[in-house]
Amino acid sequence: MAGKVITITSGKGGVGKTTATANLAVALAMREQRVVAIDADIGLRNLDVMMGLENRIVYDLVDVVEGRCRLRQALVRDKRLPELFLLPAAQTRDKTAVSPEDMVRVCDELRQSFDYLIIDSPAGIEQGFRNAVAPADEVIIVTNPEIAAVRDADRVIGLLEAEEKGPIRLIINRLKPEMVRRGDMLTSEDVLELLAIELIGIVPEDETVITAANTGRPVALSDDSLAGRAFHNIARRLLGEEVPFAPLREPGLLERLRDWFGRKEGEP
Amino acid sequence: MKFLDRFRRRREPPSGEVARERLRLVLTYDRTSISPALLETLKDEIISVISRHVPIDPERVEVTFKEGAREHQLVAHIPLRPTGRGRRR
Repeated sequence: MAGKVITITSGKGGVGKTTATANLAVALAMREQRVVAIDADIGLRNLDVMMGLENRIVYDLVDVVEGRCRLRQALVRDKRLPELFLLPAAQTRDKTAVSPEDMVRVCDELRQSFDYLIIDSPAGIEQGFRNAVAPADEVIIVTNPEIAAVRDADRVIGLLEAEEKGPIRLIINRLKPEMVRRGDMLTSEDVLELLAIELIGIVPEDETVITAANTGRPVALSDDSLAGRAFHNIARRLLGEEVPFAPLREPGLLERLRDWFGRKEGEP
Repeated sequence: MKFLDRFRRRREPPSGEVARERLRLVLTYDRTSISPALLETLKDEIISVISRHVPIDPERVEVTFKEGAREHQLVAHIPLRPTGRGRRR
């Protein structure tokens, strides 16, 4: 087995990297993939609480790198999905405790036993980011349709392209269809045109993401939320499936009529 | 007044459009490291170099950045000062 390393990064903080990491890990694991989610945000770890695994951490990434435990011992198994594991970050250390070479070495070992390694990068473009992207086979940029997030995403894309890291794909997170309709939010087309990279998914703003974080149950565990379904679509695209980009708003009258007639014609 | 305001406000572009146009400029500057301040400096120096040789209208000189599909360009618009044709020197 030679697992694929996907790093989730953004430049700006608070756009939903950790949420995306947790949910893509869950969605891939629900599709029979062996997945390990890796928290590369040393000193400010949060992937553990988003996944609801914070009480089961014994060792962390820095313990592995500094030889206090074997890699296997630091992996936390998610009891809800037998194919899903977490490699937590250290909370009491800082980014300098790990080097890009350490990350490459740890990931090379994990590739042997997992299909997907999903790395949650810290915000920023300093060493924590360098650590997170060093082992990446593929990078997913998370952004919001909002001026500061898009600008920072562009900066990160520039850095990754200069290093010839890639492919680089984009998640537009927390889109509010109602604000887009009023013209008061950048549209997904605007963001794509400005950043000029391939889109892998659009996740609408969804309150259930917050309640999911409250309880440590990522939205992708069930299929009854818009955001959860959006993350499952992204997981399917990662696995190579062609999934159309569904409209995020309620269809208008004309579209409903067209669909209705279309369906009639399509029926045997 | 309130009633008129409503019409006036509608003529302003929606904020999403404003964001897109601002981003377009900011990203251009970020990607090329050509800032508005640098454009001003270039403009001042172009004016001083050219006006040493040719009379130009410094008020109307424009130096702008143009983003193309294949290459980016600096575009300088330098109108000459009317030389008073017909007048004897």
